[in-house]
Amino acid sequence: MEIALRIPSEVSLIEEVVELVARHCFAGWEPPRRVQFRFRVALSEALANAMVYGNGQQPALCVEVRAECLPDALHIHVTDEGPGFDPASVRDPVMPDDLELPCGRGLFLIRNLMDDVRFTPPGNSICMTLRRT
Amino acid sequence: MAFTTSKNPTGVLIVEVEGQLIVGNRQELKATIQQALDNGERKLLVDFAKTGYIDSSGLGALVSISKKVREQGGELRLSGLNEDLRSLFELTKLDTLFAIADDSAQALAGF
Repeated sequence: MEIALRIPSEVSLIEEVVELVARHCFAGWEPPRRVQFRFRVALSEALANAMVYGNGQQPALCVEVRAECLPDALHIHVTDEGPGFDPASVRDPVMPDDLELPCGRGLFLIRNLMDDVRFTPPGNSICMTLRRT
Repeated sequence: MAFTTSKNPTGVLIVEVEGQLIVGNRQELKATIQQALDNGERKLLVDFAKTGYIDSSGLGALVSISKKVREQGGELRLSGLNEDLRSLFELTKLDTLFAIADDSAQALAGF
């Protein structure tokens, strides 16, 4: 099963999109609450990154979401229309001096909540994998 | 998504986060707290007992709010984080930055 959406860069849409994709991915499979939580936070985060940093919150620029629901895993692809970035350049925000920074935790959360995270060059497309087992 | 405010008899302003705290509504929470500070409130409790999930923008908003409250001589506490929400604070080490109580009753008891 697969679902694909193309949405404008409006952060007010994120919650609704997350629920729509979650309903699709969890149809016929009710994972533990913790797995559903990880899914929702990571997808919300990826959408926010794509809209805010990737597309600069320009509503005319869209974000594509594609979720593949396979027997062993969920693969969620989020792609924006921005120039991309180097994910290796983003440092972990957990050093004591960084704790009071108001931003910079998004990618860190995604990496820690999902089982696998890959970027497609030039860095404007992320594929997040959540295993079913 | 909504923020409900109430004041307990000992003068603590309680803000309940219902639904999600994410990029789409974090400014609303910051504005709610700023309004409270402008009104002279100095003891603030943000309760997450009715919260689904929080994203990094929501965490960042809490960090900003914490700083602002501290600068104005106030105190901010958090409560009601379930196991999943608490794991976000632990992952990001923000559990070391905030006073976190299991529930609002526990938080209010020590205020």
